[in-house]
Amino acid sequence: MKNFEYFEPNTLAEASRLFAEEHAQLLAGGTDLIIGMKAYTETPQSVISLQNIPGLTGITKDSDESITIGAMTKVREVELSEDILKHHTALAEGASEIGSIQIRNLATIGGNIAHASPAADTVAGLLAADAQVHISGADGERTVPINELFTGPGQTVLTPGEIITQFRLPSPASGSHYIKHKIREVMDLAFIGVASAVNVDNGTITDARIGLAAVAPTPIRAIAAEELLKGNEPTDELLTQAGEAAAAASSPISDLRCSAEHRKEMVNVLTRRTLQYALERARN
Amino acid sequence: MTKHPVNLKVNGDEHDLLIEPRKTLLAVLRDTIGLTGTKEGCSTGDCGACTVIVDGKAVTSCMVLGVTVSGKEITTIEGLASDGELHPIQQAFIDTGGYQCGFCTPGFIMASKVLVDENPNRTEEEFRHALGGNICRCTGYTKILEAVIQAAEEIRTAS
Repeated sequence: MKNFEYFEPNTLAEASRLFAEEHAQLLAGGTDLIIGMKAYTETPQSVISLQNIPGLTGITKDSDESITIGAMTKVREVELSEDILKHHTALAEGASEIGSIQIRNLATIGGNIAHASPAADTVAGLLAADAQVHISGADGERTVPINELFTGPGQTVLTPGEIITQFRLPSPASGSHYIKHKIREVMDLAFIGVASAVNVDNGTITDARIGLAAVAPTPIRAIAAEELLKGNEPTDELLTQAGEAAAAASSPISDLRCSAEHRKEMVNVLTRRTLQYALERARN
Repeated sequence: MTKHPVNLKVNGDEHDLLIEPRKTLLAVLRDTIGLTGTKEGCSTGDCGACTVIVDGKAVTSCMVLGVTVSGKEITTIEGLASDGELHPIQQAFIDTGGYQCGFCTPGFIMASKVLVDENPNRTEEEFRHALGGNICRCTGYTKILEAVIQAAEEIRTAS
């Protein structure tokens, strides 16, 4: 890889200042950046590590039941966190699908999201958790709902110098589930990722959120499918309609891993299936 | 480009080095410190041959910049044996024939070492899944799994 200047700032303000300069890249876990630098697809002149900035790691549960995940938290920690497993199971399942244990010990949830791959494994679970993305930059801080973060493959609304600091998951789901459609057990990219989260009260779905990955230029919510579910009892017919509505919301491409037609049909199937699992978890 | 001073604690020995930021931990271990037990396979994190332990966690050292691990405790395959006595996982790989050409073996042993130490009660299926980040072209994995299960068994009975 090409050489570069390396910085390890101790404050977010300093990191933002360095990152706002041209040809600068942030280093979180490095599992995307270092591969890119070896392949010369990334040739930054400066690399700014976030590892010395306090307050960017860890998972905390607040008194209002919301959960905050620091952007530099390793995905292995997200995968094993009891709070995430209990309240946002789909996110823990997504985290557990990334690479291998060795990679999950390096990769961070902030990096997985900031890299903005439409196929990121934590993104469907974060969409289904309605995560709020906290961002810090030269002009202060702001919060963006995760479904408004992405603008295209590898593209986000982040402006030069802006850094994701944490994800806030506002309220627990009664049940959630993630399915990664893939070939290999580990070390694979998702053909499709689907996460469904439901809140159920007295047999009625009070809230539903569906996150879809790798089936559109950006990760998306299946809003029309969610609206169909809300306020209704979960019948087989309703789940079938929700699956069809999710497929209609997708706009997948054909690539060497599978065809657009296959992806669209599988969005239908997997949405229904994740909803079934999420509802089952909500009952237990 | 500016070189950076780092203090690497490898297998209990401290190394004060001046390194280029682009040098991976793998390159520093092999080329600068001279510990060539850790292997470079794919160099993209897919094969696990370069697995070492940093602060108790198995990581692919080809994806880690040396400048980022200053002050952290690093263990390589050379650091597993103590006083001439092999770690149970090393002995188990020998006993079962869990190696052939040996190139993937250091990575497999380092990844397995963390697994058996943190939870020797894993099932075979769980070990198999947890070792999914390591690739072997010779053994067909059967003997490797036998080694890991033997070591786990030994650690269970010893504790």
